[in-house]
Amino acid sequence: MKKKVLTVDDSRTIRNMLLVTLNNAGFETIQAEDGVEGLEVLETSNPDVIVTDINMPRLDGFGFIEGVRRNEKFRAIPILVLTTESDAEKKNRARQAGATGWIVKPFDPTKLIDAIERVTA
Amino acid sequence: MTYAVKNLIDGHELIAFRIGDQEFCVNIMSVREIRGWTPATPMPHAPPHVLGVINLRGAVLPIIDMSQRLGMKRTEPTVRHVIIVAQVGPAAVGLLVDAVSDILTITDENIQPTPDIANETEKAYARGILAIEGRMICLIDLGVLFPHIESEAA
Amino acid sequence: MDMNEIKEIFFQECEEQLAELESGLLKLNDGDRDPETVNAVFRAVHSIKGGAGAFGLDDLVSFAHVFETTLDCVRSNKLEPTQDVLKVMLKSADVLADLTNAARDGGSVDEARSRTLIRELEALAHGETHAAEPAAPKPVAAASKPAEPAPVVAKPDVNDEGFQPIPFSFGDFDDEPAAQYVPTCQIVFRPNRELYAKGNEAVLLLRDLSRLGEMSVYCDMDRLPPLDKMNPEEAYFSWKVSVTTDKGEDGVRSVFEFAEWDCELDVRTIEEEIVGDAADDDEPPMQAVPFDLSLLEDGPAAGGEEEPVASESDAAAAIAAADTASKVAQVASRAAENAKAAAAAATAAQANQASAAGQTIRVDLDRVDRLINLVGELVINQAMLSQSVVENDNNGVSSINMGLEELQQLTREIQDSVMAIRAQPVKPVFQRMARTVREIADITGKSVRLITEGENTEVDKTVIDKLAEPLTHMIRNAVDHGLEMPEKREALGKNPEGTVRLTAKHRSGRIVIELADDGAGINREKVRQKAIDNDLIAADANLSDEEIDNLIFHAGFSTADKVSDLSGRGVGMDVVKRSIQALGGRISISSKPGQGSVFTMSLPLTLAVLDGMVVTVAGQTLVVPLTAIVETLQPEASAIHSFGASQRLISIRNSFCPLVDVGRILNFRSTQANPMDGVALLVESEGGGQRALMVDAIQGQRQVVIKSLEANYTHVPGIAAATILGDGRVALILDVDAVVAASRGQPLRQDISLAATG
Repeated sequence: MKKKVLTVDDSRTIRNMLLVTLNNAGFETIQAEDGVEGLEVLETSNPDVIVTDINMPRLDGFGFIEGVRRNEKFRAIPILVLTTESDAEKKNRARQAGATGWIVKPFDPTKLIDAIERVTA
Repeated sequence: MTYAVKNLIDGHELIAFRIGDQEFCVNIMSVREIRGWTPATPMPHAPPHVLGVINLRGAVLPIIDMSQRLGMKRTEPTVRHVIIVAQVGPAAVGLLVDAVSDILTITDENIQPTPDIANETEKAYARGILAIEGRMICLIDLGVLFPHIESEAA
Repeated sequence: MDMNEIKEIFFQECEEQLAELESGLLKLNDGDRDPETVNAVFRAVHSIKGGAGAFGLDDLVSFAHVFETTLDCVRSNKLEPTQDVLKVMLKSADVLADLTNAARDGGSVDEARSRTLIRELEALAHGETHAAEPAAPKPVAAASKPAEPAPVVAKPDVNDEGFQPIPFSFGDFDDEPAAQYVPTCQIVFRPNRELYAKGNEAVLLLRDLSRLGEMSVYCDMDRLPPLDKMNPEEAYFSWKVSVTTDKGEDGVRSVFEFAEWDCELDVRTIEEEIVGDAADDDEPPMQAVPFDLSLLEDGPAAGGEEEPVASESDAAAAIAAADTASKVAQVASRAAENAKAAAAAATAAQANQASAAGQTIRVDLDRVDRLINLVGELVINQAMLSQSVVENDNNGVSSINMGLEELQQLTREIQDSVMAIRAQPVKPVFQRMARTVREIADITGKSVRLITEGENTEVDKTVIDKLAEPLTHMIRNAVDHGLEMPEKREALGKNPEGTVRLTAKHRSGRIVIELADDGAGINREKVRQKAIDNDLIAADANLSDEEIDNLIFHAGFSTADKVSDLSGRGVGMDVVKRSIQALGGRISISSKPGQGSVFTMSLPLTLAVLDGMVVTVAGQTLVVPLTAIVETLQPEASAIHSFGASQRLISIRNSFCPLVDVGRILNFRSTQANPMDGVALLVESEGGGQRALMVDAIQGQRQVVIKSLEANYTHVPGIAAATILGDGRVALILDVDAVVAASRGQPLRQDISLAATG
């Protein structure tokens, strides 16, 4: 069965890049535009892994991760964070919120897929 | 045969229509539909052969009196007249004729060059003569008849 | 979808982000200190940078990076967004827009300008960071520290005796060359509960280790308590792994990249191990567990006996974990504050934006236009149906009629909703004007503040697209000619900073856009003189103030003594007026000397429908745009006066107004109609003059769908467009200005026509 990835990013550009990369790698991809939508979509989509941006309107990546981890049903899902640079403070905050790992933007497709493979069975 | 004529008979199917006692034809590919006469709204400052415009399913379609356009007498339209809706470049135009007479399938051999006659009007639009079952049918180039529409397409 | 399409999406998105950026900066400039505004501004630049990075647009990335860094200082309250700071940022936003355009369309940007701004941005970031140093940067440094001490905690003492190594290899992944010497790493890995809480998985880490080379693994279950005391959320197991890999220690550590903070980890190459710890055997022997990968295939939760589900991982737990692990209490409390603040901000932002943002979809404009056309046809069909029912039904109160009325209601509602799809806020155009103002203020050396109001007022997209050009010209004009130099303003007791106010609002089914400046106002003496010099008016003409003001809309009129670089460009207010009129709009000016001028434009909300008066002229049905009509009159014989050979005037409240026979002008009849047999429509036309248009009869008022004549025919002088009436026939829409101009003896021109959707 195809692995299902939920991506959460407010940038249409990045969403499309994620979509193309993930679909080419044989993943099923579900997308949300911000943390609030991410939490909504999560309920119905039941993904195997989540890839989320940090800077987003309405609910940012930190809040979104905390929201996922608070949810009994989904708190064990691996969450990868997209960060623009290897910003130690942001990584740290993301980890504290409950992120599983991170991907540095601009990501190349191999790195993205590697990271996903690493945190999923 | 010239390239232009080849284009006009592309598909080798033509629609023939009657004006008075003469027959003309155009490529069936340029004909969108044939409909009955409905009164047209006259246009100010229009040339005499433009009878006005009608509503064709929401679009404004100019109606041309083909008889006048081809240099013959003015048509007094009745319910028996028909409008051939033709595509010329990007625009549609309604051609008022007496009746549609035939759909012709032709080969290149059917087409004879236009005879060398004096009148410039006929020379301009006539692209050839078809002799079919003893009838003489004149092949018309709509692009030449409605250059203002053609030029807007360019 | 390929990369080029994504790139196109990126540039579209950049445009939106740039608009967002500018509007946010302008809000800040107006004193808005809402953290969400700062966040939105930051996010816009951040987003552009992110996308630009993906496409290798290095110039864009590096500028955005510097900009972002400075914005981050504002966001973290290290830099106060004063007017001076915002001035730099607004200019930077302009440069960012230029760089984006250059990246899209090629072309170059003003590099000196970008470099200057980069320096200014950096200065802002650095200058302020130093000032705030004691408070701010330290926690940042401390926060990254826990990363380092944590792995050192791992226990170094391990017993080798009693090991029952199970050779562990994956044929699929084992591509190590066996012949060479390959170092073996000894790994001790003891996950904390937080590791599971964050969705990491010990068994996956072991799997990844196994991919590095030949691996043996031992599971230490000593800490596993009796079942009744077992907490399913706790991490009891630890592993000792030895893996032979040419990736070395670094390769092994990289497997634990995501996990190293949440576990005790010790990695060393095997030689040390043998030499150092071989003899030590204080610890009980470890038990080997078979490592079954098949468990992995059925989902993420299978981690051996222990259920490695996440702990109660909310923010508090995460913070607590950080606390114990790092023993830096300060960091934790700061992080807690951050988390709380972030949560609060997120909630607030959510509340603020949930209603505003809504859900949107992007639709191809062609689809919308097709829908609009279809609805237009529906309206016409419905009207035709109603008409034929009325004609065939003498009772007038049949159930068919009631049904038809409902249908009419529904049709009208559908039409309104569909039109609303094309409606867009004027915001993007207004935002572009902000840049125009900045640039022109820079060039003229004037200090200008642009205030915009009602930018969310919606109008049809076609109208918006055509609005930018006349508006730009008017703004240039207002700043260049309207506002005085700062010194002069000061001398006059005015605020040295001039104000230009751009307002949009809906008024009786139209959009009204006002452009007001607080400058000198129209210099009537100068305008009058100029008009006399240009033979526009007679030297002794007696003109009202309003009439003088309106002279500036005359062709070729320019009040500037010399044609300046700005307002010159061969475009006068007459062109502005004409382009507004081409949109079915009107423009007027009112001015007070010393206090400024106000230009008021009124435009239709859509170019797809129009409110018209349906009239009969020489047996033909015509539609006259309602907006042009001032009033309708029933002429009396005593009010009609012949004037010269063929002119006739009608007297209205003691003034005389030329009578225009529409049927004659349009060549619908060859002789003049008798005014007493018809109705006069008093219309306002270009140049402010009034005319009485003679028509035979008024049929009524109605909204009509505008149809293009040009699509299948050609432009017809005196006719703006066509429409289809209830009887299914085409009716022509009168071009009032062209008809009035023709009545003045000018031939009917071809340059003014209503746009139509076909």
